Amino acid sequence: MDIIVPMQQTVDLVEELELNDEGTDVEREYLKFVANEWDEQALEEALLLKEAAGGTVTVVGIEETDVDGTLFSALAKGADRAVKLTGDFETGVSSHERAAILAAWLGDQSYDLVLVGVQSPEDLDGQTGVILANLLDVAHVSVAIGVEPHEGGVKVSQEFGGGIVQELAISGRAVVGIQAARQAPRYVSISRVRQAMQGGGLEESAAPQVEASSGTTVRRLYAPQSTSHAEMLEGDADAVAARILEIVRERGLVKSGS
Amino acid sequence: MGNDIFVLVEHTQGAVDDGTHELLGRARGLAEDSGGRTVACLLHAGATGAADGLAADVVLSVEHPSLEHFLPEAYVKTMAALVAEHEPRATLIANTTVGMDVAGGLSARAKLPLVAYCTAIELEGDELVATSQLFGGKLNAEVAVDGPAICSVVAGSFEPATGGSPDVEDVAPGGLDDLATSFLARVEPEASDVDITAEEILVSVGRGIGGEDNIELAQELADALGGVVCASRPVTDGGWLPKTRQVGKSGQKVKPKLYIAIGISGAPEHLEGMGDAELVIAINTDENAPIFDVAHYGTTEDLFDVLPALTEQIEAAVSA
Ligand SMILES: Cc1cc2nc3c(=O)[nH]c(=O)nc-3n(C[C@H](O)[C@H](O)[C@H](O)COP(=O)(O)OP(=O)(O)OC[C@H]3O[C@@H](n4cnc5c(N)ncnc54)[C@H](O)[C@@H]3O)c2cc1C
Ligand SMILES: Nc1ncnc2c1ncn2[C@@H]1O[C@H](COP(=O)(O)O)[C@@H](O)[C@H]1O
Repeated sequence: MDIIVPMQQTVDLVEELELNDEGTDVEREYLKFVANEWDEQALEEALLLKEAAGGTVTVVGIEETDVDGTLFSALAKGADRAVKLTGDFETGVSSHERAAILAAWLGDQSYDLVLVGVQSPEDLDGQTGVILANLLDVAHVSVAIGVEPHEGGVKVSQEFGGGIVQELAISGRAVVGIQAARQAPRYVSISRVRQAMQGGGLEESAAPQVEASSGTTVRRLYAPQSTSHAEMLEGDADAVAARILEIVRERGLVKSGS
Repeated sequence: MGNDIFVLVEHTQGAVDDGTHELLGRARGLAEDSGGRTVACLLHAGATGAADGLAADVVLSVEHPSLEHFLPEAYVKTMAALVAEHEPRATLIANTTVGMDVAGGLSARAKLPLVAYCTAIELEGDELVATSQLFGGKLNAEVAVDGPAICSVVAGSFEPATGGSPDVEDVAPGGLDDLATSFLARVEPEASDVDITAEEILVSVGRGIGGEDNIELAQELADALGGVVCASRPVTDGGWLPKTRQVGKSGQKVKPKLYIAIGISGAPEHLEGMGDAELVIAINTDENAPIFDVAHYGTTEDLFDVLPALTEQIEAAVSA
């Protein structure tokens, strides 16, 4: 099975998310970017599928901040091919635009399956995978936690709330939004990524020109102002622990001498 | 553009999800503003009864054997046909597994803008203005769409409405006889060693705990408190704790007397499972973590310092 995994760069949520001067987007110029964690899950599921059933894995990324590192890391993990779609994307790419670029690029590729992260932290106008599938007019399944070969197509396990899972069969090509791979994404050492970098092997081609707009306008971006922010406990760990003990004790949740 | 507000009904063989009633609650207000009707879209196979009591003016009922289970393709095609025919002002879809498949698919097929992760929706003249929860709950976006729009809605955003007596209109399905997707099986979750929904004290660990070996630190605290350890999704995905211990959108909804969140950022999908806990105490080194917006008490001290200290003090208090 030949599998394509689109990989998106997104801001590292652990960082303080500074806003641009207009207050309409995060400050993309200075923030740290990492691979979308769900795309990492999609890559892992793709590698597992390849190991079990043969075929190839191709990762493809739009030229976003630090995408090279993500693509080389995928090669080091076992992807066969990595493609960077070049262009001016520093100011952010909507899901509709991303999906349209991928759909146009996929038009020239041979593949059986696209695995993509189920969502990203900034997909304001919807999840890329499902938009892509419907542009390509192929079947789609969201929130997948497992994909296996099945009668010439695939079997997808789709997760609902409360841990209920339904299994669906898809014949022909499909785009699947991965929530979690069957196992945690594999680790790859920095030295192996460096080796991959030295080996080169990152294909570059200009991103297809597309007419696509999300139709949405961000008026402003802001940190939610909670009316009930936590009361922050002061002092070192011992002092904090003592206050927590007091609080849970007041509510009768710790019983001395019990 | 018409004035009606569409809502996708989510149901399991006729049992309507709570989220649908929340959407109908907001749809009613929007329909008053737009001067249109609240229209519930019910896709099913022999579950017409699900229309009873929906807080809608009209139910569009589409019945077909391919709609017995949730097949994403069948739902998207059906909704795209309904929306093309009726041109609603807005279409509200819950941000569930079903909704994630339908909202984006509908947006692509009907060529309508989508605002995802909505927690508020208003109409301002021809514009629809929504609040979208992004970046793991750390930032909100105020988003405007000119003209008809699709909104996918975060659970718990709106007050539910029930108790209507809608007119039911049967609509013939189209394009559902030749699908690439078919239903194979439904798998219930495995039985659990503990039922975290029944526990009064939960010590919940997130990715910040760093690895399986450190779960012990939380277990010791839980033991001292007479509670149970549960977790956020990355912890169960990583196999550090069983899946049955997962709290959140795709895990369990819990309502304990005490919920101690340790190294959990408080993403919307996690908050969906524990927002109703009576007392929430959060330990997280990131002062901007959204968990502090739902916690009653919080500390930014390192969890690896707080946990041992807290366990020791509670053990001492219990045996005093
Ligand atoms: C369809 C879908 C369903 C989902 N369902 C669920 C669900 O049911 N449940 C769920 O939890 N998630 C769910 N998620 C995932 C969710 O979006 C988040 O990714 C997840 O909740 C993040 O878990 P976390 O808070 O443990 O990790 P992170 O967001 O990575 O947060 C870790 C936190 O630990 C803190 N930290 C790190 N080190 C320390 C330290 N030494 N001391 C103190 N604090 C520290 C960091 O500041 C950070 O805030 C779902 C996602 C999708 C797309
Ligand atoms: N006929 C249906 N129409 C809409 N949603 C459904 C239908 N059947 C199932 N679902 C959804 O899919 C989930 C799992 O369904 P099932 O596999 O049928 O038990 C449920 O939580 C529902 O939200």
